[in-house]
Amino acid sequence: MTTVAVKPATMAQALTRAMRDAMAADPTVHVMGEDVGTLGGVFRVTDGLAKEFGEDRCTDTPLAEAGILGTAVGMAMYGLRPVVEMQFDAFAYPAFEQLISHVARMRNRTRGTMPLPITVRVPYGGGIGGVEHHSDSSEAYYMATPGLHVVTPATVADAYGLLRAAIASDDPVVFLEPKRLYWSKDSWNPDAPQTVEPIGRAVVRRSGHSATLITYGPSLPVCLEAAEAAQAEGWDLEVVDLRSLVPFDDDTVCASVRRTGRAVVVHESGGYGGPGGEIAARVTERCFHHLEAPVLRVAGFDLPYPPPMLERHHLPGVDRILDAVARLQWEAES
Amino acid sequence: MTVMEQRGAYRPTPPPAWQPRTDPAPLLPDAEPYRVLGTHAAAKADPDLLRRLYAHLVRGRRYNAQATALTKQGRLAVYPSSTGQEACEIAAALALEERDWLFPSYRDTLAAVARGVDPVEALTLLRGDWHTGYDPHTHRVAPLCTPLATQLPHAVGLAHAARLKGDDVVALAMVGDGGTSEGDFHEALNFAAVWQAPVVFLVQNNGFAISVPLAKQTAAPSLAHKAVGYGMPGRLVDGNDAAAVLEVLGDAVRHARTGGGPTLVEAVTYRIDAHTNADDATRYRGDTEVDTWRSHDPILLLEHELTERGLLDEDAKQAARDAAEAMAADLRERMNQDPVLNPMDLFAHVYAEPTPQLRAQQDQLRAELEAEQEGTH
Repeated sequence: MTTVAVKPATMAQALTRAMRDAMAADPTVHVMGEDVGTLGGVFRVTDGLAKEFGEDRCTDTPLAEAGILGTAVGMAMYGLRPVVEMQFDAFAYPAFEQLISHVARMRNRTRGTMPLPITVRVPYGGGIGGVEHHSDSSEAYYMATPGLHVVTPATVADAYGLLRAAIASDDPVVFLEPKRLYWSKDSWNPDAPQTVEPIGRAVVRRSGHSATLITYGPSLPVCLEAAEAAQAEGWDLEVVDLRSLVPFDDDTVCASVRRTGRAVVVHESGGYGGPGGEIAARVTERCFHHLEAPVLRVAGFDLPYPPPMLERHHLPGVDRILDAVARLQWEAES
Repeated sequence: MTVMEQRGAYRPTPPPAWQPRTDPAPLLPDAEPYRVLGTHAAAKADPDLLRRLYAHLVRGRRYNAQATALTKQGRLAVYPSSTGQEACEIAAALALEERDWLFPSYRDTLAAVARGVDPVEALTLLRGDWHTGYDPHTHRVAPLCTPLATQLPHAVGLAHAARLKGDDVVALAMVGDGGTSEGDFHEALNFAAVWQAPVVFLVQNNGFAISVPLAKQTAAPSLAHKAVGYGMPGRLVDGNDAAAVLEVLGDAVRHARTGGGPTLVEAVTYRIDAHTNADDATRYRGDTEVDTWRSHDPILLLEHELTERGLLDEDAKQAARDAAEAMAADLRERMNQDPVLNPMDLFAHVYAEPTPQLRAQQDQLRAELEAEQEGTH
């Protein structure tokens, strides 16, 4: 038996593979969106699916996001399992009425008789030099809509495992893909047997005892980098990757914060009305007596997303994270 | 060679010859709303079908009156009446086969009832004890849709899915004249035409979007003309002529079922009642206009035709009235009973499995209910 060296795969390739495997396993899975067929998507995430499964299974739709999601609702009503691609975060807004008024509510409206197993894939976040309307972090809107699951991978393996779980879910899932990680590679082995990653579980990516960085999606690599840099300052940081914003894994997050006694929430989305406020409140409500300092937030500024030449000032970086860690009232210990 | 290089000797190459994507002429609606009653076409109509339509219309009118009365008695939170529009409501239901799907708007409870949905279950949304009172799969009637025109893309998607599965199922989606201004109307018609989905769009042009008349809603020659822009046929029909609406919808359903694609039907009708019980129609329209339409009433038109031709005697009329009264009495009796509410249902169907967060809130409500119960003992 010979061992073949594994060529590292990108997150985009893992996502493609997840859809491909789901389509092969279940004939009701249909991929639809703008440019997803012949072109394979503007990020090539649906590359090859139309060729392999035909255009009825991977469909180039007219350019209308409400129409795409609205017709996906009807397809799901008839027993299909649509996987919808929104081309960019900010291009998903026309579909909000369908998402909020129908996708999120149909199961509840019909007392469970009409569930809508729809996955809405949304490339989100900045850091790729995108011009206006191509870099939004829109997760707070989705989190505020009961009836949706909101999931976001930060590793290549999770991109595969969570997307499989999203497609298999009988509930609608907004699947946020951190587009600046599309081309990231890690140890994921596409040739190994693949696992589906259950939705709703956070994971500790780095163990530490000084403080917990709570993050997700595009900010995970930044937090891991910050944690490495923090060692020089004498802080041993734990990093929790939420993976799922709805449902929220209070247990994993709070277990970490109770261990470390300090927490910083890190995300690209704006701070005011952003996910960090909810997370900080949840942590404070549950871990108050374990906390040595207030839970802090490192977020994007409360700005319309900046033009690409200025975005580095907006995105939470290592320094801003370390500054926040420094403000966690360490003097009380000395 | 670039354009710059060939300057001086430039010979334009014409682009491929332009051709219309489809011939618009056959898609155009008639110049006037199509009519059957009172015309030669009426002689060809099946007398049994006409009598059946008549019984449905009488029952439908009674249903509207009863639901309106129940609203005044506080048994319904609100009722958007389809009085005057019964021909459209009934024809929409009767044009479909059992395997087909109906996508009603909030004003179309009568169409849902005519298709077989229990009248009490059809009124659940408007009574307010749940959002949808029936399992949509039982009679293949989608939930009554409140946000305007948003159910139209659902109809397109369902019809498209059925076609992909090889089922000869047709979806009929109902919308009002106001709804045609919504973006979802446009997107649904466009998707339907591009996919050649087996869908029929029925626009009930009842003259008003609450208070706003059609003239402030569109500058199109007719709403049926909008079909041409999407590459599908538009049909214009007298929406108070039940035989005409049923014939036009029947044709459109057959056309869709046999692979002909979607059709847009504009039925010209009139909303005799106010938008809902909460509306005051005297603020935006006069009695004369309403009276004119009252004389062009769908029941009167059909009754006149049937009586003239000796197809409806006093006994048959009385039988229709009796059946309607029996339905109304049953509806009254059942709607006058307080619905059984279980507050814990609030958490039962948000997700397949409640999230941990919802489970905690569920516990909170349960504790509140228990405390309430203890307080009453």
